[in-house]
This record gives sequence, C-alpha cells and structure tokens, in this order.
Amino acid sequence: MSNAEMTMAKTRHDRFAAAGTEHVEHCDQLRTIDLHKSYRKGPVEVPVLRGVDMEVRQGEFLAIVGQSGCGKSTLLHLLGTLDAPDRGEIHYDGRRIDNLPATERDHLRNRRFGMIFQFYHLLPELNTLENVLAPLMIRHGTWSFLSRRRKYRSQAKELLEMVGLGHRLKHRPRELSGGEMQRAAIARALVVQPRLLLADEPTGNLDQSTGVEIIRILRALNLQRNLTIVMVTHDRSIADQADRIVRLVEGRIEE
Amino acid sequence: MYKLLLCWRYLRTRYIALASIISVTLGVATMIVVNSVMQGFTGEMQNRIRGAISDVIFEARSLGGMPDYEMHADHIRKIAGDRIEALSPMVVVPAMLNFRYGNNWITRQVDLVGIDEQSQSNVSDFGKYLQHPANRQAMSFDLHEDGYDVRDHQSVAEEAPERKQMAYAGWKHRREAARIRTFQRQYLRTEKKAPAPSATSPSADPFAGHSVVEENRFDPAQQQHAGAVLGIALTSYRTPEGEDRFQAVPGDDLKLTFPTVGQPPKAVSDSFTIVDFYESKMSEYDSKFVFVPIRKLQELRGMIDPTTGVGRINAIQIRLKPGTDGEAVRDELRKAFPPELYCVSTWRDKQGALLAAVDMETRILNILLFLIIAVAGFGILAIFYMIVVEKTRDIGILKSLGASSRGVMGIFLGYGLSLGMIGSGVGMVLGLLFVHYINEIADFIGWLTGQPVFDPSIYYFHEIPAVVLPWTVFWIVFGALAIAVLASILPARRAARLHPVEALRYE
Repeated sequence: MSNAEMTMAKTRHDRFAAAGTEHVEHCDQLRTIDLHKSYRKGPVEVPVLRGVDMEVRQGEFLAIVGQSGCGKSTLLHLLGTLDAPDRGEIHYDGRRIDNLPATERDHLRNRRFGMIFQFYHLLPELNTLENVLAPLMIRHGTWSFLSRRRKYRSQAKELLEMVGLGHRLKHRPRELSGGEMQRAAIARALVVQPRLLLADEPTGNLDQSTGVEIIRILRALNLQRNLTIVMVTHDRSIADQADRIVRLVEGRIEE
Repeated sequence: MYKLLLCWRYLRTRYIALASIISVTLGVATMIVVNSVMQGFTGEMQNRIRGAISDVIFEARSLGGMPDYEMHADHIRKIAGDRIEALSPMVVVPAMLNFRYGNNWITRQVDLVGIDEQSQSNVSDFGKYLQHPANRQAMSFDLHEDGYDVRDHQSVAEEAPERKQMAYAGWKHRREAARIRTFQRQYLRTEKKAPAPSATSPSADPFAGHSVVEENRFDPAQQQHAGAVLGIALTSYRTPEGEDRFQAVPGDDLKLTFPTVGQPPKAVSDSFTIVDFYESKMSEYDSKFVFVPIRKLQELRGMIDPTTGVGRINAIQIRLKPGTDGEAVRDELRKAFPPELYCVSTWRDKQGALLAAVDMETRILNILLFLIIAVAGFGILAIFYMIVVEKTRDIGILKSLGASSRGVMGIFLGYGLSLGMIGSGVGMVLGLLFVHYINEIADFIGWLTGQPVFDPSIYYFHEIPAVVLPWTVFWIVFGALAIAVLASILPARRAARLHPVEALRYE
C-alpha cells in the first residue's frame, strides 16, 4: 500500500470516527497483548503466533494480510474466542476475554461478534432465511423465539434485501452461488447487531468481481453502522480497501 | 429453537438413520405382540381356572373326608364370614368311567366330583359352562327333553362349527336309543332266548314294578339313572377343522367305578345318565371331571352316617366377595385348622405351577426381545457416530455462532429421542395392528404355508386370545426410547466436545 493510499484511508476513517461515536473515539475496542499459539503436529510443536500485539479501534476497518500459513486465521479465531491462546491476553472493550468461561464466550460470540468465513459456513439443512435467523434461534429458547418470530423475520428479511438476496429467502445454500452464500453469511453475522465483525478471507473463494462486491458491502457497513471490521486476507487488492493494514509475518505483526 | 429445527431437518434428510431404527420398530412390535398373546393366554387360562375352581378350596387330606359339612362351614364362616359370598360342599374321588360307543366300551380315568347342584353355581362358574340353557339358569341333574346348545355359547365368534349331534341330545335321543336297543334284543337274539313280550312292552307307569331286585324292569325309555355332568372332552374329540364329534351325548348312560370309604376300600360301580356337558375350555378339566349329585355319591361310597344321616365330604369350596384377598383368607383358615388334616389353597395355588411356567416363559421372551432392541441400540450408536462425523463442520459453525456445547449435545440427544420416538411409535402401531388382526394374520399364514398356525383342536379356543395391557405397551415403548437416547449419548458427547476451530477447518 502506498503512503498516499494509507493517508487517504486514515483520513476517511478519522472523518467517520469524528462524525460517529465520540466517546469511544480513542478507545481501543480490541487489543491483544503478546499472543502466542502453537499447534502440535505429531511430536513436533509448530509455533504459529509468536507474540502478537495489536489494537483495533472502534469503527475501524482493519485488514490483516500475510502469506498462507502465517497464522492469520488462527489469530482471527483467537479474537473470536473460538480458541484460547497459549500465552498472552485479548481485551475487548477493556475487558479480558480470552480466559472467560465457556458460557460467557458463547454469549460474546452470540451477541457481540459477527463472523464470516472463506467457505461461507452456512448450514446446509436450513434455507437462507433460517440461516440468517440461526444466531437468534441459538440465543433464544423455543417459546421466546417464537414469540418474537415476526420481528426477527422482518429484521432478517431486511438484511437479506440489503445484501441483495431478497428473492432468495427460501433457497438452500447449495442452490446459491458463492457470492450469494457469502452475502447470506454477512446477513447472518449482522442479524445479532454485532459491534465487531471478524472476516476470515471473505473473498478467498470468490472471483474478482464478486469479491469486490463483497468488500463494497463490508465497507458500506463499516461506514453506515460504525461497525468495527477485522478482515484477514492474502489478497493485497482486497486489503487495500481497508482503513488500515497490518502484516502478519512469522507470527508477528509488522505494521 | 435451533435444536428443534435442526433435529427436524436431520430427520427429514437423513434416511439412513431411519434405517437404523427399523430394528427398534420390529423389536417393539414383536414385544407388544408376544406380550399381548401371552397375556391373552394367561388371562384366558386364569379366568377358566378361576371359573372352574372356586376362590378358596378347603380340603380334607384323607379320601374319607370330614364328617360334617355344616359344622365346618359354620367354623369357616366364623373366621371369614364377612368376606365369604358362598360355600358349597364337595366329594372328590378318583374314578373310572365306562361308556359304550358302538360295540366298544370306552374307559377313562376321571375325577369324580359330587356336588350340590343348588350351591355349586354360587361358588364357581360351573353353571356357565353347561350346554343346556336351562341348566345354566338353574342346574339340575334331570335330563332335559332337548334344546342343548348346537353352537358353542362361549365362543363369541360365529366361526365355531356347529355340534350337530347335540341337536338330538336329551330325552329324544334316549327314547330313540332305547327303542333301537329293544329292537335289537327282540329280534337279533330271538334264537337264543324265548320271546318275552311282557319285558318289551313299556309300562305306562314308570314306577310300576320298580324294585331293587328286578333291575331289568328299569325302563331306559322312560327313566334315567342319577344324572352326571361330563367334562366335554371325555366323550368328544375335535377334528382338525375344529368340529366336535361326540361319542356319547346327554341321554346316554355310562358306568362309574370308584372306591368306598371303608377299609380296605372296595370298588363300587353304578350307572349314571349323562345330563349335560361341562366345558370350561381348560382341556385339563374338560377331560378329567365328572360331576354327579353329592348325595348319590355319598350313599354309594358309604359316607353317610347310618345313625344321624349326615354325609361326609371331602372339600368345601369357598367363593369370596369381589375384591377380597384370597391369600389372607387362606392364611387365616390355615391357622384355624390343623394343617395335618386340612389343606387350604386358593385357585392360584392349585394351578401355581402352570401359571408360574407361563410367567417364566413370558419373562424370558421379554428379556430376549429386549436384547434385540438393545442390539438395535448399537446400530443407532454407529450411525449416529457417522452422522456426527459428517456434521462436524456444522457443529463448528453452530459453536462459532454462539451455541453452547450443551446445546450441540442437545441437538443430537433430541435427534436420538425423536428417532426413538418414531421407531417405537411405528413399532407400537404395527404391534397393536398385528394384535388386532392376529387371527386374520394367523389364517393368512396358515393358508400361505398350508400348515395351520393355530390349531383349535389343541387349544380349545377357536381363536388366539390377545390382551393389550396399556402399561406393558408403555414400558416397552419407554424402554425402546431409553435405549435410543442412551445410544445417542456417546455421539452427542463427542459432538459437544468437538473443538470449534478444528470443526471449522474440517472439510
């Protein structure tokens, strides 16, 4: 990324932040301290993250780039509390979250974080609308969900229309194209009204123009809803759309 | 909510899992059928045993019996009078039965029972098992003119074949038989004997010339011997088609030989006239019992005290009021009467061995069949494991959306439960349908194989009895459900423990 572009992104971000949420402007929404994570492959221990320190500010669109296998996805999983670090800390809104008990982590994922993945990860047994409603179904019991069904359905429909899938509500994932699936996944991530969106190679499986379309949607969300987005990608041209780019090299952050 | 939805979707999309519960279905259906039929047989048998025997039987241990009925009856009433509905005296003695069939004399070993025809029907279902409608109303040892049941009145269904010979039974038959015999005596033996026209002409007054010494003056066309009610199987046999053929019918005479009470006992015999048949449908009783008037039997056996005229008896039958605990009455009586001399037993004790054998059989069958369902449980376990492996990625997705481990476990437990419900539900319906149409099915299989499944000549029922006990069905279905849930616990735990990251990476 050239300096000029960098500046542009910064300016854009600052402008947005100024217009939006003053009270969290300088507060780091997400912060990692010296994160370490390694995996076992047979008898060998493979270190993946070797001390990651980074901050994400409220309303920021951050791209993490790096070669495949450098630990991008692992970092994202740690941020999303799907996995626990070997060492180090993760703070969300000033609160340490990596050592929370399982129920609270589930709660966090269900209400605060939205996640999208390279392989969309929609549930094949459910149709588009049901997939979008899934986090809300997980949040509520049967009766409590059914009593709010109307409201939730209209919310979900609205989101699906926003991502351009208003005509695909009753289709199963296998009947959708890759771009459509990713858009459905975005709608699913948004339905819980998250404050943080974690995107793991959201364009990795899409062709160029579809990928661009997805990024445009993410960008718009970031601007309109002041949604913090942390996106992992290996594609520089995609990453360039973000406010800020960090590089992950050999398990460490290089700005 | 998502658990229900996903359970439902998995049910609708994973037919292989349905295949795994077919064995549960079959197991449940078989268990219901087996239990119902066994229950039907047991129930039928208990009813008949109970009907044939009174609730409690009070017996003297010696064949000579107890001297005084009234005295014993009073004592029994004093002990349990408030619970007793009726009492009836009885003399039971082993005997030999002879009757003529064609040119042969047929001999059978029987239990000769002297009963009081008035009180007998109060203590057991004796009356209900007789073949003449009037006897069922009020038992009498007098031969009826005719009107014996041609159809088995106890069989509800119409399919029981008619007993055509019974249409001719009674005085009608007796007069006809006597006429033939007279004819035979008159014409076929004329060469040996000089014609004796006075002996052949029936006298107008049946008591005219009747004396103990001149036995040949007894006129079979007008008179009967003491009445005897025969177990129906003693003189009949059943053809493979289920039709009953009789070698002797009411109106025929027979001879009974039995011991006296003297020491040493001597055999005495006397002639009796069949007045009715006793059909309890318990082949053991129907082929064993002959009932005669108690007074007659006491006289013949020398049981009547010449000075007082009081007859000795063997046993007292006791019918209890409905809902009374027979075992308690038995125990009280046992305490009151010395067990060296008296034997008190309930109807259940009398047939304890048989009932216990049937119980045991049912229990073993149940264990075996339940093992089949348990084996089916392992099938469910294997298939579930496969489904969990197949659904690994979905489990990861659910967890990334905030589903708890317990929630994921709930999906698969719920899935197992719903599969179990479908399996055992379908099994229950199949089983109940099978029980409902069991006779039609038996007929069909009989027709298909050419070998009758249910041979009415053996069982004395015209159809397979089956009784469905709701609690039994409940426990069978519950057991099957429990097995399905138990089998899904292991896979569900595995699903719950999957690490979300590994699950998401799984392709």
